[in-house]
Amino acid sequence: MASRAGAISVPWAAALAAALLAAMTLGTAGVVALRAGAALPTAADWAAVRFTLLQAALSAGLSCLLAVPVARALARRRFPLRGALITLMGAPFLLPVIVAILGLLAVFGRSGIVNDALALLGLPRITVYGLHGVVLAHVFLNLPLAVRMLLMGWQAIPAERFRLAQSLGLSPFAMLRHLEWPMLRATVPGAFVTIFTLCLASFAVALTLGGGPAATTVELAIYQALRFDFVPERAATLAVVQFLLCAGALAAGWGLLRDTGFGAGIGRRAELPAPPGWRRGVDVAAIGLAALFLLLPLSAVVLRGVAGLADLPQGTGPAALRSLAVAVGSTVLTTGAALALALAVARRAGGARLFDLAATLPLAASSLVIGTGLFLLLRPWAAPSDMAIPVTVAVNATLALPYAYRLLLPEARALHSDYDRLARALDLTPLARLRLVTLPRLARPLGFGAGITAALSTGDLGVITLFAGETDATLPLFIHGLMGAYRMEAAAGAALLLVLLSFGLFALFDGLGRHAAP
Amino acid sequence: MLHLDHLLLTEPGFRLEADLTIPTGAHVAVIGPSGAGKSTLLNAIAGFVVPAAGRILWNGQDLAGQPAGARPVSILFQDQNLFPHLTVERNLALGLAPDGRMDGAARARIAAALERTGLGGLGQRRPAQLSGGQQGRAALARALLRARPLLLLDEPFAALGPALKAEMLDLVLDVARETGATVLMVTHDPGDALRLGGLTMLVADGTAHSPCETSALLADPPKALRDYLG
Amino acid sequence: MEFEPPSPTYPSHMEEEKMRTSFLALGLATVATAAVAQDKPVLTVLTYDSFTAEWGPGPAVEKAFEATCACDLQFVAAGDGAALLSRIQMEGAASDADVVLGLDTNLTAAAAATGLFAPHGQTWKNTLPVAYDDATFLPYDWGWFAFVHDKAKLPQPPASFEDLAASDVKIVIQDPRSSTPGLGLLMWVKAAYGERAGEIWQGLADNVVTVTPGWSEAYGLFLEGEADMVLSYTTSPAYHLIAESDDSKAAAAFAEGHYLQVEVAGKLAATDQPELADAFLAFIGTDAFQSVIPTTNWMYPAVTPAAGLPAGFETLIQPATSLLLSSDEALAARDAALAEWQAALAR
Repeated sequence: MASRAGAISVPWAAALAAALLAAMTLGTAGVVALRAGAALPTAADWAAVRFTLLQAALSAGLSCLLAVPVARALARRRFPLRGALITLMGAPFLLPVIVAILGLLAVFGRSGIVNDALALLGLPRITVYGLHGVVLAHVFLNLPLAVRMLLMGWQAIPAERFRLAQSLGLSPFAMLRHLEWPMLRATVPGAFVTIFTLCLASFAVALTLGGGPAATTVELAIYQALRFDFVPERAATLAVVQFLLCAGALAAGWGLLRDTGFGAGIGRRAELPAPPGWRRGVDVAAIGLAALFLLLPLSAVVLRGVAGLADLPQGTGPAALRSLAVAVGSTVLTTGAALALALAVARRAGGARLFDLAATLPLAASSLVIGTGLFLLLRPWAAPSDMAIPVTVAVNATLALPYAYRLLLPEARALHSDYDRLARALDLTPLARLRLVTLPRLARPLGFGAGITAALSTGDLGVITLFAGETDATLPLFIHGLMGAYRMEAAAGAALLLVLLSFGLFALFDGLGRHAAP
Repeated sequence: MLHLDHLLLTEPGFRLEADLTIPTGAHVAVIGPSGAGKSTLLNAIAGFVVPAAGRILWNGQDLAGQPAGARPVSILFQDQNLFPHLTVERNLALGLAPDGRMDGAARARIAAALERTGLGGLGQRRPAQLSGGQQGRAALARALLRARPLLLLDEPFAALGPALKAEMLDLVLDVARETGATVLMVTHDPGDALRLGGLTMLVADGTAHSPCETSALLADPPKALRDYLG
Repeated sequence: MEFEPPSPTYPSHMEEEKMRTSFLALGLATVATAAVAQDKPVLTVLTYDSFTAEWGPGPAVEKAFEATCACDLQFVAAGDGAALLSRIQMEGAASDADVVLGLDTNLTAAAAATGLFAPHGQTWKNTLPVAYDDATFLPYDWGWFAFVHDKAKLPQPPASFEDLAASDVKIVIQDPRSSTPGLGLLMWVKAAYGERAGEIWQGLADNVVTVTPGWSEAYGLFLEGEADMVLSYTTSPAYHLIAESDDSKAAAAFAEGHYLQVEVAGKLAATDQPELADAFLAFIGTDAFQSVIPTTNWMYPAVTPAAGLPAGFETLIQPATSLLLSSDEALAARDAALAEWQAALAR
């Protein structure tokens, strides 16, 4: 068989990244299990599994469904401040969960805008507490991600294909069927599975808006087992359950994933046809409603926060600096590892399947289990507070990697299939290839992935709670401390600062990527 | 001299044998039905396809194990011959120095090559800002700079009109003359083969036949070629 | 996603001064700590993070104790009260900590069962409203759980759980599986109603707007107007009154009596500074420690200071009946109470 030449060498960087990821996810779970053994899941645990699956499926399905008209409208309409709107609409995904919840309540809560409006109209009030509230919050948090993933899909359809379709006089429906439907078939399963696994790990949203213990998720059960009951064997079992759920979702998603098969265009910017008439009205409505849904709660966060900005305690600055350091550290690690893995997988290097698996593992892992495993593992060697920042960086880098990787992979594949032969025919040196071909061609997804990593790491309040000592609180932990001390106004101010920080970092990296893209 | 020594290329549902030699400096049109393996043969010589059996020798040296870029080969693909995000000048520089360096001397040589191929002053353009013919010229300009002894063309001009294609073929001949390269060019058009003015290799029925004088071959085509020409 | 007893502060000028200095010296902090560690013995106190916050009792306590001990008092923060216990269990005898401060009485049975704690040997008397005398754990502050409301929006608050269940007043509570106040509420209903606890929870189910992971989320939702009442402490209105000059909040007095949260400290048996640890436990009983508590942790001090409570505390309700299960009773009742609670609310 005439095998494709030149794809045999072992990619060491990718192998190292994959090994680290396996250690961070499987290794830490193994440490907890070794230390604890296992316990059979109880009836309550199975109830938690059922609720977890139900809310995650609803949240992911609804997010993807709503994202289609919004992304399509954004892809084919041009209007002033379009870029700014797209960036701003990405913000909810980057919000710390409790800030997002308070923002949502300002709109949908008992004394929120929607209920005030309903009361004015003499209509009964609605309540956000229950399964629908959980789904609402998850859609709010994840719709931006779905929109961005689908929007990239639309933008990845080469302009030539649309020109061809137009020249053939295809109706909008035929265009949808022959160009957009294949793209959606390739993109939506990825978006669905990503959001589904994100929602599987949800815990604060489900507990705060779920309305009661019926809304217990597996991650919450892990939290209770570890932090309250300290029954690590139960946590280890639940971690395995959580892992299997995510792995099952990912395996199912894999079967659905399709390659677009569009190949490369010559790099002209896509100009999608923008049909007039009622379709224009639909697009305007889609963008308008999505913007309202995503930006109203965000505005509430800003309004509440502005008042508190004047009243920030002394510790805010150092906490913000620590969060910044965590974000930058995680971003560097994640971006480098994601690039190494995506390039190795794109060129089907030896071990590509394992690399792909390793890059997906963190989606199935519980940050609490990772944190506890690391704590047990590192405790004999160093004081927890000495490790707080490095461990937080490592955990955030691990948890954000799947997003950075998934964003890169399709583009890395396209780059490989379109330009690998040329690069090899010219015998480009590895450095020249990286500098002149890989980085510029992948700048956009690299920047976007780095932005997401930075923002998620800035807002993360997870593992740091296990390790932080007297003087190394990050900004989310600091905010949490303020909220735990009645100081809601100062907390709102610090939360606004946090939002500005994560959003600023996101916009910076995303902008750098878009600026550097050809 | 290029020697394909009992070469066997296989892919699922596909098999091609070749046992032939091509003299140095020859201009060979590679002709045959779609799917016969013309592109695969060129890709094997260029180092992108590993043979199932046999050897590929250039001047007696076995090319097996040599990575694509290290072979004495320049190849023009059907498309994606230029990096779309780099300027034409940058694209050409990669033909001169695989680490992407571009010093004054390199710039001068690139400018001369562009001039030579009728692209004078277009070095700062991106490929998307060039016409199809100009993109082909830019790729040829890079082949001129690389000056490898084997020039493989995998239908890079198939999309061009007859007059433009004729111009490009003349340019190929110029480049081949200046670099002394041995040319293998895949084509569907007997007219191209005549214009190339040398040998023609028929690839059909799982075999790459020894190249023959083009005019003689076309005057008295064997059955496989008759079937193809119709 | 945390939970801890509320413990805010109202920083004095002295503390602000200290903060500013430490802010400037941030870069030198590690060096400075190392240098201090060389001349002075270090006492390590493991506590929850709101105790060590700049608005918490930590800074003032540290200053006052270091003035007496010729030592370096270092706080290590570990999330919240419940996280403290799991931290101790994870670290075992290898812990660097000498004293653990911040467990509550619902956790002490489990903490004692680890065998990691030594008797405190202190003889000072606390002024808790119930008799509390434990050989291992020393109380340092306490509070009554209560439902807090806005006086203007809810002028006639319910006066008992049964009242509350019969009303359409909306409450937000904390999850007993992840929060110490949530667990406290479970014990409150259990201590007040015993066998009838499940029935009370059935009645309360339609009053509960939602259950939050921790105190801060619940209190935040209440302040946002998401509920009429929130499970907190009788001392919560004192924060709004003293720190914000806002007298709109009040705690509702319940006829059944109010359950106590008692926060305690204990000495680890494996300490390498037993004398310093004893000195610190003795210091807890002094005015220097106790007078800091009311306006930093917003709880009652375990020993009422000679100068009395700060102005404003006299406005708080004083429950006639104080309820508290012993730590063994609490541990024994917990699983069944949790199951009743879940069954009633998992509608």
